[in-house]
Amino acid sequence: MPKLNLNRVEMPRQEPKKRGKNFQEVAMGYTPGMAKEEALRCIQCPKRPCMTGCPVMVDIPDFVKALSEGNLPEAVKALKRKNALPGICGRVCPQETQCEAVCTLAKKGAPVAIGRLERFVADWERTSKPETSPAPETPPAPPSGKKVAVVGSGPAGLTAAADLAKLGHAVTMFEALHVPGGVLMYGIPEFRLPKEIVRNEVDYVASLGVDIRLDSVVGKLATLDELLGDGFHAVFLGTGAGLPMFMNIPGENLNGIYSANEFLTRVNLMKAYLFPQYDTPVKIGKKVSVIGAGNVAMDSARCALRLGAEEVNIVYRRSREEMPARKEELENAEEEGIEFKLLTNPKRFIGNDKNWVTALECYQMELGEPDASGRRRPVVKPGSEFIMETDVVIVALGTTPNPLIAQTSKGLETTHHGTVVADEVTGRTKKPGVWAGGDIVTGAATVISAMGAGKRAAADIDKYLRS
Amino acid sequence: MYKILEREDLTSNVHAYRIEAPAVARKARPGQFVVIRVDENGERIPLTIADWDEQEGSVTVAVQEVGTTTHRLAELKTGDAIANFVGPLGLPTEIEHYGTVVCVAGGFAVAVVYPIARALRQAGNKVISILGARNKSLLFWEDELRSVSDELIVTTDDGSYGRKGLVTEPLKELISVDKKVDRVIAIGPSIMMKFCALTSKPFGVKTVVSLNPIMVDGTGMCGCCRVSVGGVTRFACVDGPDFDGHQVDWDLLLARQRTYIDEEKLSFEQWLQKHAAAVK
Ligand SMILES: Cc1cc2nc3c(=O)[nH]c(=O)nc-3n(C[C@H](O)[C@H](O)[C@H](O)COP(=O)(O)OP(=O)(O)OC[C@H]3O[C@@H](n4cnc5c(N)ncnc54)[C@H](O)[C@@H]3O)c2cc1C
Ligand code: SF4
Ligand code: FES
Repeated sequence: MPKLNLNRVEMPRQEPKKRGKNFQEVAMGYTPGMAKEEALRCIQCPKRPCMTGCPVMVDIPDFVKALSEGNLPEAVKALKRKNALPGICGRVCPQETQCEAVCTLAKKGAPVAIGRLERFVADWERTSKPETSPAPETPPAPPSGKKVAVVGSGPAGLTAAADLAKLGHAVTMFEALHVPGGVLMYGIPEFRLPKEIVRNEVDYVASLGVDIRLDSVVGKLATLDELLGDGFHAVFLGTGAGLPMFMNIPGENLNGIYSANEFLTRVNLMKAYLFPQYDTPVKIGKKVSVIGAGNVAMDSARCALRLGAEEVNIVYRRSREEMPARKEELENAEEEGIEFKLLTNPKRFIGNDKNWVTALECYQMELGEPDASGRRRPVVKPGSEFIMETDVVIVALGTTPNPLIAQTSKGLETTHHGTVVADEVTGRTKKPGVWAGGDIVTGAATVISAMGAGKRAAADIDKYLRS
Repeated sequence: MYKILEREDLTSNVHAYRIEAPAVARKARPGQFVVIRVDENGERIPLTIADWDEQEGSVTVAVQEVGTTTHRLAELKTGDAIANFVGPLGLPTEIEHYGTVVCVAGGFAVAVVYPIARALRQAGNKVISILGARNKSLLFWEDELRSVSDELIVTTDDGSYGRKGLVTEPLKELISVDKKVDRVIAIGPSIMMKFCALTSKPFGVKTVVSLNPIMVDGTGMCGCCRVSVGGVTRFACVDGPDFDGHQVDWDLLLARQRTYIDEEKLSFEQWLQKHAAAVK
């Protein structure tokens, strides 16, 4: 057995000081030499444990091997067999809890940097000349004569639409916003996922013949029954989990208090960071408090910093270990100077006579017994209240599915969390002719799990349409 | 892009746009709104639907020039197009047979009261409309509103036309003297709606108002449009825009509407400069 190489190749990033002031991508990607060096660390385990960690079972050892041999067209082919959006996944997947967590080399503390390699291969394909990139493996199927409506253009909808179109069905994709891409466009900031890449993927889906209808709110423009009665043979719901949760504590409607959805939509989708060149404003704030510690909280905090806030605090009621954000993004945030007020939970928001928020009153917390999620439950330390000054607050406590469609259609069963009930494998809902997948079914989750659900539903819809 | 089939100047700074949007026209109901964006750099703003024509596939909105977006819109003419037009959003106004309904329209809101009054009349109600403006030059659609009302009272603040005074005066008379009013619908500037609600409250006459907080998406996704009604936070874009005026926290609404007052000023000044340069 060759000697194990445990030196994970680092990926160059913009300097923290510099990047904290711009919206350009933080991570700059491997050079070809770095990619090859990292790919060569893979020991090609016969049992391929890494694949079991991947929600869509990407043939990881195959694409890594091709990359290590310098055969990039082959690497692209192997990667895209299972994952249609590698440029996105390579950037935003939580690899440390998926493929890299189960990589054999993780036991030695140095898993192969699968995500970085995935990103490298996808970027190579995107930027290399068409002659050198491989031709699509399978030509599109002949038209089936069936029409499918895909609702929502996030990763679940994009994946389902692409697969259904390739299978020969006529696909119309309805999107409520003026831009396709879902959270990839309105939520995840440019510095983590350049919008150019998302637009590329959307263009690809359109090139397959998918008719993308923007500004189209299903449930308002047409109910599910109207879609089904209007010539669509099947409907796929990939409308995500877009409804922001608030804390329901006093003062929450003061000016300057945003949901993360609103803040990120203003900044990313409406380009408020370029105000007044763009018309949409956002309050920049001197002392910004972000409540929550997931990816959404990190993105909000880092956007606030880049807009020019002097101090940005993450306020989180548990401790460091429980923070749900990706490790890489936590480290990035910390390097950029985001501060963490841990074991801290707001009790109320305090405002001035103009209804502007001026401070948070917080409790100090301590960790008690583990709760249903297995994490130790934070409990209030009696008498620990203290005041934290702030002029902008961003509430990033999670989202639930928007009830708009469920409210306007009969027969679509939902849970008490507002998620739509659908078969885990096929995505079939309780309503005949309707499938669902992604955050609308799971609640806020990940890009890759939404893609996987879109893929499985497309396969089942195809089966249904042909039977 | 959504084509402007016709632009009509209702007053010197209020314009009606009949916009090609067949899918929206098919579903529009009185009281609903659309969210529009003028161009690629534009912001998303809500506009209440004034009228629609399913046959023609058009939806009409009336817009008063106030800030950057509405001035930008005012530069467009028949045949031009806007970037986005989403709707119909929000819940339609409840239309039932109530008996006698007083419809109060403040300023350019006459455009949105008109289809509501029409629907109420069709549902068998006696409709008394009050149309108020600061002065005569700001009045329009008087005949349209009269045609769908059993009675129409016009007021101007300065007395240049109709009755001198505010809309709340005839409203109070109708409620207190006749005592036969079953419902009030008041739509206009927030401050006018607030005072209409205060006027009817002592008499316990249900008063429906159409709230206009700042919005972004208009589909319940951002929470920018939060209002407090009966002590509960609601999203005006999906739970409204109509609410019980007696339950609304008006001061909160008025304060939240001022969130971007500085930015709006900055943006508008920039627009004025650009506009002046373009005109030269
Ligand atoms: C700020 C942020 C950061 C994140 N970071 C990560 C990360 O680093 N890694 C990761 O894996 N995941 C991350 N996630 C989660 C991930 O983005 C989501 O799990 C994923 O996008 C869900 O995909 P989806 O297709 O189900 O829904 P979405 O991406 O939410 O797309 C749903 C689309 O449907 C549209 N829609 C909704 N209702 C209607 C309607 N009635 N009619 C028509 N269209 C409608 C919406 O406008 C939207 O475009 C992040 C999420 C956020 C908000
Ligand atoms: S588990 Fe790690 S080392 Fe083994 S094949 Fe997969 S990537 Fe390579
Ligand atoms: S405008 Fe975004 S939730 Fe109402």
